[in-house]
Amino acid sequence: MKPASFKYVLVETWDAAAAALAEHGDDAVILAGGQSLVPVMNFRLAQPAVLVDVNPITDGAYLRVEGDVLRVGALTRHVRFEAPGIDGPLGRLFPRVAHHIAHLPIRMRGTFGGSLAHADPASEWCALARTLDAVMVVQNAKGERRIDAADYFRAALTTDLAEGEVLREIELPALGPDWRCGFAEFNRRAGDFAIVQSVAAIEVRDGRIADARIGVGGATETPQRSAAAKAVLAGGAPSATLFAEAGAAAADAMDDLLADQQAGADMRRDLVRAMVMRALEDAVAAG
Amino acid sequence: MTVIGKSVTRLEDRALLTGTGRFAGDQNFEGQLYMRVVRSTVAHGCIVSIDTRAAAEMPGVFAVWTCADVADVPAINLRPGSALQDLERCRQPILAQGVVRYVGEPVAVVFADDPYRAEDAAELVWAEIEDLPPVVGLMDTPGEFSPGVSTEPSVFETGYGDVDAAFASAAHIIECELTVGRHTGVPLETRGALSIWNEAKGQLEFHAAAKVPHNNRIALATLLGLELDQLHLFEGHVGGGFGVRGEIYPDEVLVNLAALRFRRPVKWIEDRMEHLISANHSREQTHRIRAATDADGLILAIDDEFWFNQGAYARTHGATVPSVTAAMLPGPYKLPAYRSTGHIRLTNVTPAGTYRGPGRYETTFVREMLIERIAAELGLDPLEVRRTNLIAADEMPYDRPFSVGGSPIQYDSGDYPGALASALDQFGYDALQAEMAARRAAGELAGVGLICFVERGGDGPFDDVRVEMAADGSVEVVTGVASVGQGAETVVAQVCAETLGIDYSGIVVTHGQTDRIARGQGARASRVTVMTGNATHMAASGVRTILLETAAGLLQSPAETLDIVDGVIGLAGSPGDGPSLTVAEAAAEAICARGGTHLAVEETFEIDRATYSFGVHLAAVSVDPMTAGVTVERYAIAYDIGRAVNPMLVEGQLVGGAVQGIGGALLEEFLYDEAGQPLSVTFADYLMPTAAEVPDIECLVLEGDRSTTNPLGLKSGGDAGVTGAGAAIAAAIGAAIGKPETVTRLPVSPRRLRDILKAKS
Amino acid sequence: MTRITLNVNGTDHAVEVEPRHSLVDALREQCGQTGSHIGCEHGVCGACTILVDDEPVRGCLMFAVQADGKKIRTIEGLAENGAFNALQQAFHEHHALQCGFCTPGMLMLATWIVERGAPVSDDELRDIMASNLCRCTGYRNILRAVRAVLDGTITRGAGA
Repeated sequence: MKPASFKYVLVETWDAAAAALAEHGDDAVILAGGQSLVPVMNFRLAQPAVLVDVNPITDGAYLRVEGDVLRVGALTRHVRFEAPGIDGPLGRLFPRVAHHIAHLPIRMRGTFGGSLAHADPASEWCALARTLDAVMVVQNAKGERRIDAADYFRAALTTDLAEGEVLREIELPALGPDWRCGFAEFNRRAGDFAIVQSVAAIEVRDGRIADARIGVGGATETPQRSAAAKAVLAGGAPSATLFAEAGAAAADAMDDLLADQQAGADMRRDLVRAMVMRALEDAVAAG
Repeated sequence: MTVIGKSVTRLEDRALLTGTGRFAGDQNFEGQLYMRVVRSTVAHGCIVSIDTRAAAEMPGVFAVWTCADVADVPAINLRPGSALQDLERCRQPILAQGVVRYVGEPVAVVFADDPYRAEDAAELVWAEIEDLPPVVGLMDTPGEFSPGVSTEPSVFETGYGDVDAAFASAAHIIECELTVGRHTGVPLETRGALSIWNEAKGQLEFHAAAKVPHNNRIALATLLGLELDQLHLFEGHVGGGFGVRGEIYPDEVLVNLAALRFRRPVKWIEDRMEHLISANHSREQTHRIRAATDADGLILAIDDEFWFNQGAYARTHGATVPSVTAAMLPGPYKLPAYRSTGHIRLTNVTPAGTYRGPGRYETTFVREMLIERIAAELGLDPLEVRRTNLIAADEMPYDRPFSVGGSPIQYDSGDYPGALASALDQFGYDALQAEMAARRAAGELAGVGLICFVERGGDGPFDDVRVEMAADGSVEVVTGVASVGQGAETVVAQVCAETLGIDYSGIVVTHGQTDRIARGQGARASRVTVMTGNATHMAASGVRTILLETAAGLLQSPAETLDIVDGVIGLAGSPGDGPSLTVAEAAAEAICARGGTHLAVEETFEIDRATYSFGVHLAAVSVDPMTAGVTVERYAIAYDIGRAVNPMLVEGQLVGGAVQGIGGALLEEFLYDEAGQPLSVTFADYLMPTAAEVPDIECLVLEGDRSTTNPLGLKSGGDAGVTGAGAAIAAAIGAAIGKPETVTRLPVSPRRLRDILKAKS
Repeated sequence: MTRITLNVNGTDHAVEVEPRHSLVDALREQCGQTGSHIGCEHGVCGACTILVDDEPVRGCLMFAVQADGKKIRTIEGLAENGAFNALQQAFHEHHALQCGFCTPGMLMLATWIVERGAPVSDDELRDIMASNLCRCTGYRNILRAVRAVLDGTITRGAGA
């Protein structure tokens, strides 16, 4: 389990990263934290001819609120989200999500942008990005391109990133104080990839749910937003019963569920019901 | 001085804690080649051709072999005494000869000057294989597996008593089908081998040997066509064994063959994916078991038929696992009549061998779940059914009137009901049951499982030990055992120190070096403490006698009036008073008088039977009804080891074994698809417990009746932690969901438990 | 081949590596520091866990070229003047190792926890130590050993 040979290119700016990608075409792959890429290289399932190491980029890791946008530098390590230093519902949500990503040494190396570029169906950050309608800010040789999360995830391990493009920043909505955010995940061991996970964000005004964003990861090739769950929740008062109904609605509406040795499609559907319900409960509990 | 029975710290630790160990990968020889094995990617197929040209032309590549290059090497032998005759025809060649029979089977091998380049070249070896239909189902109707060999090469029957009469007169007949999934030891260090031809000595030296170096020396010499004195094996540090590591596989033969042919050192380190598809699997078996009972749950007879999935070839263990399965199923219960029919089945998956607690883990699950079923059908408390059937203290020694592998089955000693009572008391069983019942009444799925088992270990046939004392009083114990991490050096040193009246911490214990002692049995079947311990005691007693006789002359007191305390020889019972001399002084004097450089006494301890010991496992679990996930809330083991040489190390074995067993009960399984493709080939798919999946395991080490088979009265402790874990977890889940009869298969994965919960509701 | 300098336990090693060489391979083969072990090469088992600039890293998931000039710490650097440090002593006293293969990774991960200096709950300790696999000990004694150092029960090791 030793990787195949590759050429190693160190870059110190996003422009240089994009230029290196442009030069080497689809033979080149970005090396960020390496916690997903290097294992598949060790298995020789990936044999890139060129690795473009973006770790030296000095302005790649940040987490800052600008107006109603929360900007996340692509090189921000997972561990940073365990103490994000941000107020509000997202600041409270991030540690609970980050904690589910593998184990601490992995979280200290792996990056937010790397997870989104890798686009594993069970990635916590992919589920969160889809749920919150993130915008991916991408650098290429010509400049910058912005991709909505709804268009970004194409298939398992496949994104809208084109040849020569590198993910530089992710924009998330800096949810206001009326929002409540929750997370739930089922896996067989601590730190394993989720079998199913859910991110729930609800805006509660005057005791009623004014808006809701319910996301599901791990159940399908790409993370999904559940319109069915949102429809159940809209206008309702948060309650265990309502959350159970939302979970059931989300589960019933899922198509093309994944099946593998851990869980068949029917089991994943059951887990969607449970995880959506629990993410909503977590949202209320976390305040 | 008393050091037997003390929880002293280990002699092994210093090197391991400072990073100065010598594991397989840590050793290198000048000019060594690296071997990389090319493995079959299909489960069953005909090799049409293997193109090695591109690989051979790669820079740094020294040679590439396919089956034609090793056709003169016989298939790997089964260990003497372990085989049923029909399995001889199922042995594995070191490289596939025309047909591949499992994903992972070696088809070619590359030798290069660097491990990365060896892997580059191995990728370029192109084997064209024509697919044949694979056999993947353990319970399929028997057919032809390979020319002239059935998928069921062997069926055997054993037992005692009049089973049919018992069933004819039984008040109740309870039957069920129970299955244990495929899992195995998975030591943290993968396999590895390093072999070098020593031109000066005219011998091949195999480093990084493990588990059974002396047996492997004989087997390898036969395979390689060497005289025994042309081959020596040297054990370094071993990163876990668990029955798997240290057996002879094709890879180890290839390394040695290459070093012999090339006259150049050859090194091989297995990678993790290779390990999961090529090292022995174990455990997988299905039982159809019936019990005849009287009205009170007393078992009158058991009739068990089981199927064991051997995989594609018989390996070195031969029929060990199915044989032990038949032997161990009766467990701690009286059982007047018993019949066991074992079917050995071949399928196109990785071959099977032993894994820690072979035949015990499986049969304890089967037997104890049968008891749960008896209790449920008769409306009895399962604990009462166990008590009703336990062998009583006054029935010891207890003979089972049948034998397996020629070794009589006699439970040597123990108060099983008494040990059970101690366990219940220590673990607060009644309160725990009450708490769980209250939680169930409140709607939770929570339950306790408590099971009983008997452990077997310390069997013979022999162990040799030579104790050598130098003129400065320093001691080396030369043994034929192996160290796989269990603490063998410390335990042997404790026994030697106790016998000689000296400090254990300065004693050097040598193991796994075939050039230091002629014979050895290695580390297998929970035998080291009993066998090597007693042999050490005998040899050290011989040295002690010489020391006391020498001192007797110098101190002018009869030897029988003298004792050795803290390394000083003086009058027994009055240390510090009167004339004395040190062990070193006596040793120097004795060596001077007798000649030579050392006092050396070699002794052999022989035995024809095993020790048997009783234990209890308790698990408390809760089940998440929405996810079918299981949380192990408490786990406790009580084990009567008779006499513990080092209680801390006994607990270490119990705790570590329990976590492995919990892994097999909930998480670990080698799964295959219908084409025979393995689905559990990484640590992300083969799920071993982390610290987060298990509670702190509680232990109650009991020292009840000592063993009667050996002078020190020792019993085994290596497997008792794992043996009961599948049964205890399954029984606890059954109690939690209120339907013990529905838990019929390990591991109880969420997927399976979800099906059970759905069927229940 | 690329020339790099790996600073291992305070000593510079000028070595030549291919970009594809993992850091743990380079430590073991080029620097002769075989104390860090290779258990899975896909980042799950943690036997190769080392500290790079004082943070725990899977040595199989970082390329040696990425560690050029960085401060690397391994099990070989733990003992102080030939004596066990507190963690080594605690592992010894609590029987927190059997075969010893996972031990280097466990010790380096625990080193990070101890040096961080923050209070650690039992749940948090279990959660962090769950990063690494052990197949022998069942974890109980490893957790007890690290806890003993965190609580100051064991503060230094015995002499060599």
